[in-house]
Amino acid sequence: MEQFAQLTSTLAPLPIQDIDTDQIIPARYLKITSREGLAEGLFSNWNDDPNFVLNVEHYKAAKILLAGNNFGCGSSREHAPWALLDHGFRAVISTRFADIFRGNSLKNGLLPVTVDQPTWHWLLEACERDPSTEVSIDLETCTLQLPEGSGIAPVGFEVDPLAKSCMLRGTDQFGYLLEHLPQIKAWVAEHPAPVDTRPIKSA
Amino acid sequence: MTTPKTLFEKVWQRHSVVPPASPGLPTVLAIDLHLIHEVTSPQAFSQLETNNLPVRRPYQTVGTMDHSTPTDPSITRDHWTVLDAIASKQLDRLDQNCERHGVPLHGWGSNDQGIVHVMSPELGLTQPGFTIVCGDSHTSTHGAFGAFAFGIGTSEVGHVLATQCLLQHKPKTFEVRIDGVAAPGVTAKDLILAVIAKNGVQGGTSHVFEYTGEAIRALSMEGRMTVCNMSIEGGAKAGMIAPDEATFAYLKDRPHAPQGAAWEAAVADWKTLATEPGATYDKQLVLNAAALEPMITYGTNPGMAIPVTDTIPDPACQPDAARPSLEKALDYMALKPGAPILHQPIDVVFLGSCTNSRYSDLEAAATLLDGKKVHSEVRMLVVPGSAHVKRRAEENGLHEVFKAAGAEWREAGCSMCLAMNNDKLGPGEYAVSTSNRNFEGRQGPGGRTFLASPLTAAASAIAGRVADVREIL
Ligand code: SF4
Repeated sequence: MEQFAQLTSTLAPLPIQDIDTDQIIPARYLKITSREGLAEGLFSNWNDDPNFVLNVEHYKAAKILLAGNNFGCGSSREHAPWALLDHGFRAVISTRFADIFRGNSLKNGLLPVTVDQPTWHWLLEACERDPSTEVSIDLETCTLQLPEGSGIAPVGFEVDPLAKSCMLRGTDQFGYLLEHLPQIKAWVAEHPAPVDTRPIKSA
Repeated sequence: MTTPKTLFEKVWQRHSVVPPASPGLPTVLAIDLHLIHEVTSPQAFSQLETNNLPVRRPYQTVGTMDHSTPTDPSITRDHWTVLDAIASKQLDRLDQNCERHGVPLHGWGSNDQGIVHVMSPELGLTQPGFTIVCGDSHTSTHGAFGAFAFGIGTSEVGHVLATQCLLQHKPKTFEVRIDGVAAPGVTAKDLILAVIAKNGVQGGTSHVFEYTGEAIRALSMEGRMTVCNMSIEGGAKAGMIAPDEATFAYLKDRPHAPQGAAWEAAVADWKTLATEPGATYDKQLVLNAAALEPMITYGTNPGMAIPVTDTIPDPACQPDAARPSLEKALDYMALKPGAPILHQPIDVVFLGSCTNSRYSDLEAAATLLDGKKVHSEVRMLVVPGSAHVKRRAEENGLHEVFKAAGAEWREAGCSMCLAMNNDKLGPGEYAVSTSNRNFEGRQGPGGRTFLASPLTAAASAIAGRVADVREIL
């Protein structure tokens, strides 16, 4: 996964609530066995609309998606962050993220940034009024810096410490889990498997 | 004196292998049972192979094929490689991965194949007090047995394969209590749709629901699975119900359930799992089942649900923040604010999915359809949740009832729940579906879904319109 420290970018506004992962990437794109090439399916239910934000020239290069409340609800498909990353997004700003999507994003180097309502509204207005508005995200200090002249102080956001250090180093969380294998083995020795999935007889 | 604990806290504690070393770090949580399917596992196996790691506990994982397999009985596997080469390759990959790593698999055409959340409980693999995960959000289904069961992403599927553990932050708890007795025609599906309508699709975020109360206790295990299945639609990480006599009766003599002396010991242990009196939850919601009616969705998320006799909400009467989503949903659904949902014409009825494709769901619908006809303008698909459900239904003649009524009797699988195979709604078509998601395009691009119970689905199939099942009970 790519390292993430700082990011300065324009925003692509998608101010719809409860965008589910079926909208981010419909099921027909899930037949692949790799993680690559999923940008093609990103928001493909909406892509035919010339007014859809990703079809609007001055939002095409944005690396930050500004999405409505409860972004990424629904299916657990990790193809959702894969598709957003493949398109070029590195961060999503919303007022709330669904749990599985949030976890999946952090494991792939896509940063979910939760902000409060007033900040979110300010950002929406700013990028709709002037698509060249840039904001900066600093993961080390967990702050979102609004443009000079906004009169708003940098906004803090929360990322759990493990996900943060992994993203800063560009490593996934797998390594951290594997470091615990000795403790896991010791635990398993005292806790026999409660189930054996090998077929016994037909149900 | 120790603090009284909830069901969730007990299960969590039993599986905590390494507690957080410092605040904010995750717990290393042991996973008892890991379910896999063709769609969310290939990249996880690749991750393992890239790191040159074996599957640590292959017999605590089990696979099935369900999401993209066709349910048209005339399609053979050879034919499928021609009809959908990409989906077919994904199935081959699951075969190869399970073979190579020694993971048991109930693959294409096998006796125990089925939708992952239907298959595991009926084989007795799902048991009280377990931690259960799957690369699928409806893993919450298994919480009906008092398991802590939740959906994970593909990276995490890899983590479990490699370590039989996961890194998890402890969620909060949320009691959803449903008191009272539900009236005839009001089913488990209606209870959970009412909960989500009330609490919102994001209301459970970062929480585990525990369903309690008289109306929950009165449900069969299959009804409880329907309720827990849709916990994720309420935003919750999982949904749980404390095991009781109904749970034990369901599990007794299932192939993978403990047998003999081990059974007695297991039941004694399972009885200790229930939430203790005085234990507290972080949040609570209370509903009265007696006040509920059959529910149906009108919009594009499962929280957009109303009693079947109600009218479609008017965006003009909504708070500012909710208005654009509702306008967008009604525009997609081509429905008018203020209009009744009852008698809305429909094109398709889908009876299936991990929410409502178990034997009792099929039986309930068949009872209504017996001797009647599906409306001439309606296509009805009946898709059993597993090969086992299908065989049992055929032994009892349910398939004849469906066929005589003019419905299609299909092979087990996810089918039109997510339209990954060729079972799809056409653009603009309306369906009453017993599945769990009415998202835009979920059942086929441009398709429009009304989520409801098997009873409402069967009544609507006969009427050719959204119907109130209580009128024909
Ligand atoms: S039936 Fe639908 S919701 Fe259930 S596992 Fe299959 S696709 Fe997912």
